[in-house]
Amino acid sequence: MDILTPTIFSYLTVALVMFSLGTIGVLTRRNGIVVFMCIELMLNAVNLVLVTFSKMHNDEAGSMMVFFVMVVAAAEAVVGLAIVIALFRNKQDIDINNVNIFKW
Amino acid sequence: MEAATTIQTLLFWTFSVIGLAGAVGLLFNRNPVYAALSLVLNFFSIAGLYLSMGAEFLAAIQILVYAGAIMVLFLFVIMLLNLREEEGAATFDIKKGAAFILGLGFLAEMIFVLKDFLSVEAGGTFDFGKVEPVGRSLMTEYLFPFEMISVILLTALIGAILVARRYTHTEG
Repeated sequence: MDILTPTIFSYLTVALVMFSLGTIGVLTRRNGIVVFMCIELMLNAVNLVLVTFSKMHNDEAGSMMVFFVMVVAAAEAVVGLAIVIALFRNKQDIDINNVNIFKW
Repeated sequence: MEAATTIQTLLFWTFSVIGLAGAVGLLFNRNPVYAALSLVLNFFSIAGLYLSMGAEFLAAIQILVYAGAIMVLFLFVIMLLNLREEEGAATFDIKKGAAFILGLGFLAEMIFVLKDFLSVEAGGTFDFGKVEPVGRSLMTEYLFPFEMISVILLTALIGAILVARRYTHTEG
């Protein structure tokens, strides 16, 4: 049972694996919406790290920060999806490899 | 105390396995709707992990805001755009290989850095997971950031309407 009992390290490892999977998703996927979802996954992994350290130090600052991260994530999702819709309206496609109008 | 630790262990392993399965599903599903549903699974299990740490209010907010609001928005946009499946998502090229190596290298490095926490027990006290302490801090110590949240949300709202609205040539 001892080896199974979760430590701070176990929580941090789970969060880090989630963050790395999100990073790999951002770098490999080409669908704009899926890229946004991977960013949400990374934000959630960071939230998990914040709560873990908040518990470790028994300090409320970390878990307060999670609320603000959630608000910023919601704002980011709203603006990002608006950009995706505007993009789809103009190009009928949200493949991010085709979005290179700023590239010269 | 022993029973509480057993429950925490059980919750941790259940929800971390489910959550990592959801993250992998997000990464490898070619259909965006399935990817979004995998992410919902991941959000629910992160709420379960918060619960196993004693952050009850945060777990509820996680389900309400992420699984409830944000993912509905994502699914709504996916279905509005009526996307086809991503082409070439399963193929492997040099760029994807480099991305995998970068991600896994980052993971290995971070775990190496964090190995000092290996012996720190997760079973400490956590006194501010409930609604009352959270509300008290939001209304006292964090009052100004809390008020700024409304400004951020208003800005995001106006920005989203401006970006996503259809411009016609008749209006200036």
